Amino acid sequence: MKTYFIEFSYLLASILFILGLRGLSHPETARRGMHLAEFGMVTAVIGTLLQREIISYEWIIAGLLLGSTIGLAMGIWVPMTAMPQRTALSHAFGALAASLVGVSEYYLHGAKLGEFRMGALGFEVLLGSLTTTGSLVAFAKLQGLVPGTPFTYKGQNIFNLSLLAVTIGCFLVLFFNPGTAVLFYLMLGLAFIFGILLVLPIGAADMPVVIALLNSYAGLASAATGFAISNNVLIIAGTLDGGSGFILSIVMCKAMNRSITNVLFGAFGSVSTATATTGGGDMREANAEDVAVQLAYARQAVFVPGYGMATAQAQHALRELANALEDRGVTVKYAIHPVAGRMPGHMNVLLAEANVPYSQLYELDHINPEFPSTDIAVVIGANDVVNTAARDNANSPIAGMPILEVDKAKLVVVLKRGRGKGFSGLDNPLFYKANCEMLYGDAKESIVRLTQAVHEA
Amino acid sequence: MSSETVIATFYVFILAAFLGYQVISRVPPLLHTPLMSATNAISGISLVGSLVTAGAHQTTVSAVLGFVAVVCSTTNVVGGFVITDRMLKMFKRKATPPTKKSED
Repeated sequence: MKTYFIEFSYLLASILFILGLRGLSHPETARRGMHLAEFGMVTAVIGTLLQREIISYEWIIAGLLLGSTIGLAMGIWVPMTAMPQRTALSHAFGALAASLVGVSEYYLHGAKLGEFRMGALGFEVLLGSLTTTGSLVAFAKLQGLVPGTPFTYKGQNIFNLSLLAVTIGCFLVLFFNPGTAVLFYLMLGLAFIFGILLVLPIGAADMPVVIALLNSYAGLASAATGFAISNNVLIIAGTLDGGSGFILSIVMCKAMNRSITNVLFGAFGSVSTATATTGGGDMREANAEDVAVQLAYARQAVFVPGYGMATAQAQHALRELANALEDRGVTVKYAIHPVAGRMPGHMNVLLAEANVPYSQLYELDHINPEFPSTDIAVVIGANDVVNTAARDNANSPIAGMPILEVDKAKLVVVLKRGRGKGFSGLDNPLFYKANCEMLYGDAKESIVRLTQAVHEA
Repeated sequence: MSSETVIATFYVFILAAFLGYQVISRVPPLLHTPLMSATNAISGISLVGSLVTAGAHQTTVSAVLGFVAVVCSTTNVVGGFVITDRMLKMFKRKATPPTKKSED
């Protein structure tokens, strides 16, 4: 009877998780959906606590309390601009949990595991461990603890692939001989090292893909846990998470016109230094007062935010500028490139935080036809996503990447910290075009100056 | 483990993968960040496995591993749901004071 109750709680949780994710297909149903998912989680936890195997509750209660405290603190105080780091860290936590459960299962049962459970356990520990360290490296890069530039050396790919081959070799031997404990712990250690080496060579600008991919691995590690302890709700939730990460990484790759292998093994930044000539011309420097007049008398203005807006925390200032413009009758739109920022949807969240209604946020396909009828496009700390070389120069390292075609607007103003080439190290021909002007300085300060000047115009 | 169970498990996995594809490809790019933190919170369901490991108390080693796993998964579950809700609360269709005049 009790078993039925427990299994029913898992079934209910699975259904509620799926309904919860379905709610996310629209901003208006999203919150309700998440409440269903939360309820599902509580149901599953209560069901689990009733299981016969659980005989002592001290460790459980201590763990639940400590975890809730950390989670709640992070949930409440992490700023929206730090969302990419937070996400990377949570992938590390999730993967570590899966990995540890796997290690404990092996430690307890070892040689007695059948082939099927050993296989599932191997996947769980392999994916879990490499995702843990990989996510920690991604976190360090995003948080600025480690330089965001790709870390490369000669023979890196060959070394990494051999390491992976040895790790998988251990797994295969274990699959047929679950008793060889040495290999299990060797595999565990190698997977930890491989995770670090996998993410080190990847540049900060490629982080949206990497985060999505690590998301996928963390989910699959949970699903593998479900296989190992034959628990369906774990399989379902893990697969949903893994699938979601996988779909997102494909979306991100498409938005950069690159393959996943290229992102993982291409070491983007190192290639681009060789091909950074655009021929010349001068970049024209604008002054804030002139730009403000152009904005104030425009019919339509489009803002293009990038990672620079996030680092300068300029989203609130931007919203005030937009308010000032709307009061004067200017139509304001925001153009969001799928890989703008450091994680999928990063810009949308920041603008939503600044109270920008989502009906003003436009995706690539919807905003591009509008640029020719746009009076002024303002690029805020974005570079690659508006780099015309991607469209015009077949030899560019980012050739074929779909871009926001701001150069078709009557005037483009680029807010940029300095004259440097930005994170990817790529030169941008847009900056030399006749209809493009540069406004140097911290994005937030520039926007505040623009807003004042608009009020005075 | 019986072969029936193994096969049933694969059925669950494959069906979940198809269903996941259908559900998730309908999520608009607008909500991709909340989607990521939501799926992250949901996959914190590995808490279920961690709880059993921590509570079965077969050896001290497994109890400690289980404890760390419980802490990690609970952090994800609680943190993930709180942050997702914080984000979703911010998405509004219209600006709070409607000040949109198109042309005069």
